Amino acid sequence: MVGMIEQVFKAVFGAMGIAIFAIIFGLIYKGIDRKLAAHMQARVGPPIRQPFRDVVKLFAKENIVPERAIGWLFNLAPVIALVSSITIMLYLPIGSFGPILSTEGDLILILYLLMIPSLAMVLGGFASSSPYAAVGAQREMVLMMSLEFPLAITVISIAWKLSRIPVSDPFSLSTITSYPIWNQVGPLGFIGCVLLLIVMLIVAPGELSKIPFDVPEAETEIAGGLLVEYSGRNLALFYLADAVKTIAIGSLIVAIFFPYNLSSILNLAGYLGKFADVVFYFLKLLAVIFFSVILVRVSVARLKIDQVVSTYWIPLTLLSLVGLVLMMLDIILVERGIPW
Amino acid sequence: MRYEIPIGPIHPALKEPILLQLSVEGEEIKEVDVIASQNHRGIEWIGMNRNNPIQSLYIAERVCGICNISHPSALVLAVEEAMDLEVPERAQYIRVIQCELERIHSHLLWAGVAAHEIGFDSLLHYTWKVREKVMDILELVNGNRVTKAIMMYGGVRRDIKKEHIPKIRKMLQYYKEGFDKLAKFFLEDKTIEMRTRNVGILTKEDALKLAAVGPTTRASGVKKDVRQDQAYFAYPDFDVKAITPDMLTGKVVGDTYDRIVVRLLEVKQSVEIIERALDEMPGGEITSQPKIAKLLVDLKRADGEGIGRHEAPRGEVIHYVNLKSGFEPFYSWKIRAPTYNNIMSWIPMLKGCQIADVPIVAASIDPCISCTNRAIRIANGRKEMLSKEDLHRLSVEKTKKLMRGG
Repeated sequence: MVGMIEQVFKAVFGAMGIAIFAIIFGLIYKGIDRKLAAHMQARVGPPIRQPFRDVVKLFAKENIVPERAIGWLFNLAPVIALVSSITIMLYLPIGSFGPILSTEGDLILILYLLMIPSLAMVLGGFASSSPYAAVGAQREMVLMMSLEFPLAITVISIAWKLSRIPVSDPFSLSTITSYPIWNQVGPLGFIGCVLLLIVMLIVAPGELSKIPFDVPEAETEIAGGLLVEYSGRNLALFYLADAVKTIAIGSLIVAIFFPYNLSSILNLAGYLGKFADVVFYFLKLLAVIFFSVILVRVSVARLKIDQVVSTYWIPLTLLSLVGLVLMMLDIILVERGIPW
Repeated sequence: MRYEIPIGPIHPALKEPILLQLSVEGEEIKEVDVIASQNHRGIEWIGMNRNNPIQSLYIAERVCGICNISHPSALVLAVEEAMDLEVPERAQYIRVIQCELERIHSHLLWAGVAAHEIGFDSLLHYTWKVREKVMDILELVNGNRVTKAIMMYGGVRRDIKKEHIPKIRKMLQYYKEGFDKLAKFFLEDKTIEMRTRNVGILTKEDALKLAAVGPTTRASGVKKDVRQDQAYFAYPDFDVKAITPDMLTGKVVGDTYDRIVVRLLEVKQSVEIIERALDEMPGGEITSQPKIAKLLVDLKRADGEGIGRHEAPRGEVIHYVNLKSGFEPFYSWKIRAPTYNNIMSWIPMLKGCQIADVPIVAASIDPCISCTNRAIRIANGRKEMLSKEDLHRLSVEKTKKLMRGG
């Protein structure tokens, strides 16, 4: 009984802590993103606290619901987006703190949860009765469908490799973080892993609707698309959801590919170790976001939706399949005991 | 399922108000209707009722913020023809230099906007940083970055001084050196090519049929350039040749990519023209009538009509002016901005494209929309649209009235 209460207590307060943490750091990363992008474009850029000001301002602004919109759905969509983004964070480890919730199928669950903020945006877009939002919603659905395949192949290849070690729950993130994938593979598998990492890094900007995959929002084409009718509190919630989702995707890549911790490397114990791990985790997160989101979005133009689909379905799916085949070969070679 | 999407009158893809009514199936555009005349400013009315011709010259500068040399150029050509005004040779050279400086800054501004339209903001910021060099020179020479008030009937208002020339040459050198880098960014980038190659094609036949002008028509392979066909100012000395994309790529497709090529090559051409103009610029007066009061009296006495044609960065701009002795404002003044011809080429360009192509295709003709808006009809306090049949009926009525001697 006491154990159960403790567990509930931990889940509730842990969830609240994670929510606050994810929102604050999501906004900080947004600030860093804008600053770095500005410097790369030879601009000064806004201060790092600008996203916080934006959110505060948005919450103070009037929340307009279009006359022909479906009111309850229109207002509900941003809440779903934020809540589901935070829920993903509950399954992800932060530094050496394990995830608050965990099941035997974390990765599968996360794959589904990642779709929910996008689905909420689609719902909100269709509910807003604007033709631009309708176009944006269609594009968002197509985008989701196109990036799901390479993403799924990546996740499954990794879990499959781990299942052959063998471990009990290959899809559980605590398993993945305790058996870093790079240590389990031979040279072929290593190359496969690098390919899968590249696929993940290219899927991330698509999941987050960032250039070159920002077709659902495409400011110059459909005036913000899905978000065109949103204002005030609702827009702020979507903004926060986007910030949290950025952290979630970054954390997912960190958890799968870079689960190393400073405390175990440097033999730090106690609070110092935990602190060092969290700082190291932030740096890993920043590096992932820098290479997959910031650097990409300043260096290319926006693609059209058909080009997005062909990018994800042809080269990226092929790349992830090659990664999968290499992992398979690696497993076969290791199991047959062929020496390297 | 076919549905309607309005792009405009106010939309981030458009820098000025115009309405594109798109009929789309999924992402594909099936029908396009352009509804212009969203922003009428009554500039010609001011020139024909309120202002004297010299004041109108400054108003002409404000027809378009970007082509602020082009409209006065066409207007001075028209007025000089109407009143047989001589222009000193040095003034003609200064006019050429000013016009070409404007072409450089306008094309670079366009290139930045085009990059922004396809979501490539880094290139926008880079291009506009490069553009600042020519803006600095404009400020140095004219005292102002835009609306430079340099044209005057019979000459120019400010000389290009000796101490300016080395600075201008330095700027030209900067563009010569930077050209390859800029061309590489725009023409070799994979994503730009994906967004502009075979997008918004205007065939040569359509370009000729719609009488498109400027880089829009040249990109479709029509060798049309007022500086070549009917040279004015000091342009006869420079043998300007109309630029077509095959000069660089070896083929003419007539798509958005070709329009980028043409504009980039024109920047290079402008740099060369300015360089030669600086070398060959003769001395002497910069205006044939330095006394403005005297000029105004001459204008008031003058009788006659004139047409000025100038190759603006966007294409041929035409000003028609009629002066009547004893009547101070222009007796009549008609402006035809280049976008007026080019705007209809949106329809063949956009058909079959995707919604995502609208901003870059719309921008590819470098539209100057409120410059184009020269007429509006308001009846009972409401805006009315006249169809082709209405206009035909009205003009037949007018002709009959004239034939009756009224």
